[in-house]
Amino acid sequence: MNRVLPILTILVAILAFWYAAAIWMNAPWQNILNGRANLENVPFLEFAQQTWAQDKPVLPAPHQVFSEIWNATMGLEFTSRRSLALHAWITLSATLLGFVLGTGLGVVLAVAIVHNDAADRSLMPWIIASQTIPILAIAPMVVVGLGAIGLTGLVPKALISMYLSFFPVVVGMVKGLRSPEAIQLDLMRTYDANPWQVFWKLRWPAALPMLFASMKVGIAISLIGAVVAELSNAAGGGLGVRLLTGSYNGQTIQIWAALFIAAGLAAVLVAIVGAAERMVNARNGVRA
Amino acid sequence: MSVTSINSSTTGTGVALPVVEAEHLGLTFSTNDGDVVALSDVNLTIEKGDFVSFIGPSGCGKTTFLRTIADLEQPTSGTLRINGQTPENARKDRAYGYVFQAPALYPWRTIEKNIALPLEIMGHSAQQQAERIKRTMDLVNLTGFEKKYPWQLSGGMQQRASIARALAFDADLLLMDEPFGALDEIVRDHLNSELLKLWDRTKKTICFVTHSIPEAVYLSTKIVVMSPRPGRVTDVIESNLPRERPLDIRETPEFLAIAARVRDGLRAGHSYEEVM
Repeated sequence: MNRVLPILTILVAILAFWYAAAIWMNAPWQNILNGRANLENVPFLEFAQQTWAQDKPVLPAPHQVFSEIWNATMGLEFTSRRSLALHAWITLSATLLGFVLGTGLGVVLAVAIVHNDAADRSLMPWIIASQTIPILAIAPMVVVGLGAIGLTGLVPKALISMYLSFFPVVVGMVKGLRSPEAIQLDLMRTYDANPWQVFWKLRWPAALPMLFASMKVGIAISLIGAVVAELSNAAGGGLGVRLLTGSYNGQTIQIWAALFIAAGLAAVLVAIVGAAERMVNARNGVRA
Repeated sequence: MSVTSINSSTTGTGVALPVVEAEHLGLTFSTNDGDVVALSDVNLTIEKGDFVSFIGPSGCGKTTFLRTIADLEQPTSGTLRINGQTPENARKDRAYGYVFQAPALYPWRTIEKNIALPLEIMGHSAQQQAERIKRTMDLVNLTGFEKKYPWQLSGGMQQRASIARALAFDADLLLMDEPFGALDEIVRDHLNSELLKLWDRTKKTICFVTHSIPEAVYLSTKIVVMSPRPGRVTDVIESNLPRERPLDIRETPEFLAIAARVRDGLRAGHSYEEVM
C-alpha cells in the first residue's frame, strides 16, 4: 500500500493538470464556437465539459485519447487500415528487426574494436560521426533510396532502427569487453588460454551487464527510428504514419492515441529487456 | 601422504633439474620518465620441493621476479630457466599455478566453477573436473561451499578458493604473490599454517612473495631478501627450521635469529636507498 499510494497520487495529479490544461488550451476555440451558436454565459462546469468534447481539440482530454485507443484497437478489425493495433504491429516488427540487427552489428563492431587496435582507431570516429547526422535527414534518403531499388516495407525501416540502436551497444560493449581487470586477464595467460577462451570465459560474461544496459537504450531508440522512418513512406503504415496523417488532418486525438501507443510499446519493450537481464543475472549469481 | 598427484619434472637422465634457475637476470622497464631497472643481476636457484619467500620493500622487484618466472614479464638480460625450459614454454606446459594478490575469482561463476576454469581451458573431461574440484576444495577446507558465489564468501575463503584454483591442474610449482596481504592477522596465521601443511602434503615447490618478516621466516626453507633501485637480491638465507612448524615456533631462538638476519638484510637495502 505504501507504494501504491504515492503512485496513485502522482497519477491523479497528472490527470487533474491535464484536464485543467485542456480547458485552458481549448477555451479560445470553444468561445468562437459558442459565439457562432449565440450561446452566452455558459456556466463554467458546462463550458469545461464542452472543451473536453471537441472534435479537433488543441489538447484532447485523457478520456478522449483513451477511448480513441480503445476504439481503434479493440473496436476495429485488426486488418482495418484504421486499426491502431495493426499500425502498432507494423512499427513493432520494424523495431524488433532493427533492434536485433543493431545489437548484432554493435556487438560485432565492439568485438572488432576491442581485439584490433587498427579497428579501434579507424572505426570509432565513423561510429561517432554517424550519430551526429540528424536521423530526420537521413531516414527519407534511405527509405526513398532503397525504395528506388525495389526494397520497401519492413527492411528500410528496420535499417533506420539499426542505425540508431547499434550505437549504444557499440559504446557499451567496448566498455564492457574491456572491463576485466589486469589480473583476470593475467590469470588466463597463466593457463595459456587461447583468444577464443579468453573471450567466452572472461570478456563476454564480464560485458553482459553493459550489454543489457545498452540494449535498454537501444530498443527504445529502435522504436523512434522505426517511427521516423515511417514518416517517409505514408503508404507503408505504422504509428509514424498515424502521427503524420493525424497532423495533416488536425486529428489531434489520433495523434495523441498513436503517441500513447508508441510510449506504451517502448515501456513494454524496455521491461522485457529488463526481465531478460534479471534472468541472466540470476543465472550468473549477481547479488540481488 | 600421497605423492601420486605429482608430475615428474625430472629429465630423462633421472637427475632433477632446478625448478627455477636465474643467471644474471635483468629486467628494465622503459617508461616515459626513462628506464626503470626492476631487476638487476639476479642469480638464484630454486630446487624441487623448496618453499622460497621473496621479501623486500615495495619496488624491490619481488613481484616482477615472480611475474618473470610466470612469463607475464619478459627479462631484458640474463637467462631464466623453469624446469630447464624457457618461461614461455613452461607456461605453455602449464608448469605453474599462480595466486595473485587479490583472489581474482570470476564473480559470475560459483566457487566450484571458478576452480573448474583452468580445467575447462586445459580440456579436462567433466568427470576429471568434478574429481579435481572435490580434491582441491577438500585440500583448502572449502568443502560445502561449492555452489556459493564469490561474494558470499569472506576474503580469506575467497583467497583459499583461488589457491584451490591454482592447485586444481596439478602444476608442481606454485607462485604466490602476497596472497594473504589483504587479510587480517588472525586469518593470515591460520592460512599460513594451512599452507605449510598443504606444501608438506603435496610436495610442491612454492615461491611466495611477502612483506612480512614473520610470515617469510615461518613458511620458508629459503628466504630471498631483496632491495629496490635497482631491484636486486641482497641475501639468500637457508632456514634450518624443521619442516613441521607449529605456530609457536615463532618464539624460539632459532626463529628469531633468522628473523633478525632478514631484518638486517632489509635494513642494509634501505641504507643503500638513503645514499641514493
